[in-house]
Amino acid sequence: MPRRRRTRLVLIFLLPELALILSFVLVPIIGTFIISFKTSHGYGVGNYYSVITERSPDRALVIPENIIKAQPPPWGALVHNIIWVAIHVPVVVFLGLTLAYLLRDVVGSSIVKSIMFLGMVIPMVVGGLLIRFMFDSDLGVIPVFLRELGIKSLAHTWTNYPQTALIALILGSVWLWTGFSLTVYAAALESLPKSYIEAARVDGASDFQIFFKVVFPLVKHATIIVVVMTMLWDLKIFDIVFVSTRGGPGGATNVMALVMYNYFARALDYGKSAATAVILALISLIPGIWFIRRVVRPSAEKR
Amino acid sequence: MRRRGKKRLVKYLVINIVVWALAILWILPFLGIFMVSMRPFSEVIVKGWWHIIGHYTLKNYLDAWSNPSSPLKVGFKNSFIVTVPATIIPLFIAALAAYVFARFSFPLRTMLFIMLLVIMAMPQQMTVVPLFFMLNKIGLYDKLEGLILIHSAWGLAWITFFLKNFFDTLPREIEEAARVDGASDAHIFFRIVLPMSLPAIASVAAIQFTWVWSDFFYALVFLVSPQNYVATLQVATMKGQYYVDWGLLAAGSILTMSVPLILYALLQKYYVRGMVGWTVKG
Repeated sequence: MPRRRRTRLVLIFLLPELALILSFVLVPIIGTFIISFKTSHGYGVGNYYSVITERSPDRALVIPENIIKAQPPPWGALVHNIIWVAIHVPVVVFLGLTLAYLLRDVVGSSIVKSIMFLGMVIPMVVGGLLIRFMFDSDLGVIPVFLRELGIKSLAHTWTNYPQTALIALILGSVWLWTGFSLTVYAAALESLPKSYIEAARVDGASDFQIFFKVVFPLVKHATIIVVVMTMLWDLKIFDIVFVSTRGGPGGATNVMALVMYNYFARALDYGKSAATAVILALISLIPGIWFIRRVVRPSAEKR
Repeated sequence: MRRRGKKRLVKYLVINIVVWALAILWILPFLGIFMVSMRPFSEVIVKGWWHIIGHYTLKNYLDAWSNPSSPLKVGFKNSFIVTVPATIIPLFIAALAAYVFARFSFPLRTMLFIMLLVIMAMPQQMTVVPLFFMLNKIGLYDKLEGLILIHSAWGLAWITFFLKNFFDTLPREIEEAARVDGASDAHIFFRIVLPMSLPAIASVAAIQFTWVWSDFFYALVFLVSPQNYVATLQVATMKGQYYVDWGLLAAGSILTMSVPLILYALLQKYYVRGMVGWTVKG
């Protein structure tokens, strides 16, 4: 193709995309960065300092005041995000892979897969309402079941009590997100040669050995994807918290994105809101960039 | 040999029972909310939704649909007004860009591509404060048009990435042959490349539609007047801070999720391939 014609084509095809991304994504991202350094007396790191050292339980990221006076929760929004990742990621990886592995021998496995995948399809707002519903003292399956078992102390509405609210939301997010993990692992297992597992069985390996020593290493690529995507999802989590608890009770389920929103919409403090967004973005970029370098980069270079 | 066969049968049965028990547990909240939505709340709260015998009514749905404070019929209209263009616009624009990324080399190509990847890892929160001032300035704050623009721009990064990966897998010989025959670039793209890409386009459309329909955060920060609320915003406001009318809320939830669920039922294959494929293929 002649060089001039090619240049024209590239420009025309790229222009709308670049214009839209520049004005509504890139410039705002840079703008958030700039606003985050803007304080009432010139530019500086004041917003970051006050956001990180904030003590009020509704907004604290790391050290809510109650930590000295009384037992936590809350532990602070950033810590809640980290707890979320620490529980959610391993559970989702384990549950997804185990199910994908077992499903090969299950009657109606595609129906099971479709059921599990529902959590990926519904709006997260509805997901949050359903979590609230699941843990409702009168209507929720879990408290009612626990009451039948005689465990009265946990037969309340979980999202209304600081001790159980965060764990209820995390368990709910397992319910919503396992479908993703299961589907990724099922696709990975399908592409595995059956002979690998058969060979291990012939060699006398037990089921557990096959699962942990043969299957798990073979689906490492899928595990990386599930871990990174789940981490990103957990760090950005907002909808289900907003709609089920609004970060309460007493800040016990506060998360980074909600703190950012509260500075923005309630305190109308745009500097602090932007600073919180930057902290959230920087933390999200750790798994994000690692993933890009490791998995996606080769495809970027390919042409 | 016989004993081994019996052991295998037991194992098979146990696996089936455990997995299906889990699947039932997984669908239970959906079942529960459905039962609550179909019955008077006063009855459900006393007996529990798991008692199948009782009154069935569509009153909750009617109440949610034309609720005086947040009628879902308005939310549905607004959601469609936002979601349809915010699916088509980025799909078209990103397809053009993805084609160029997949077929040509040009200055800054790798840098631009990495920019798209970094945007994909960014949280929406990172754009909100400046967009708020910007939309105010151009008169699109609290307007559905503003939300359409923002969703379109936000979707571009992942759609470009997804379609570029797909275009990479298409054979180039057909395009080159057409070019030799004197076909224009527009002709090649619209008449040859896009028709071959229909499965990928279906995946993108289904997922982008679902994401925009399901979006809550952008709608929450950029829409303030109740008459502009999209469905997700309205369902969230149906839940009072202290008292929860689960009958109304259940019906509202079911209506709101029904749109992506119907889409999923129709396009399941493209859905799963899209949501999982773009991460696996990488």
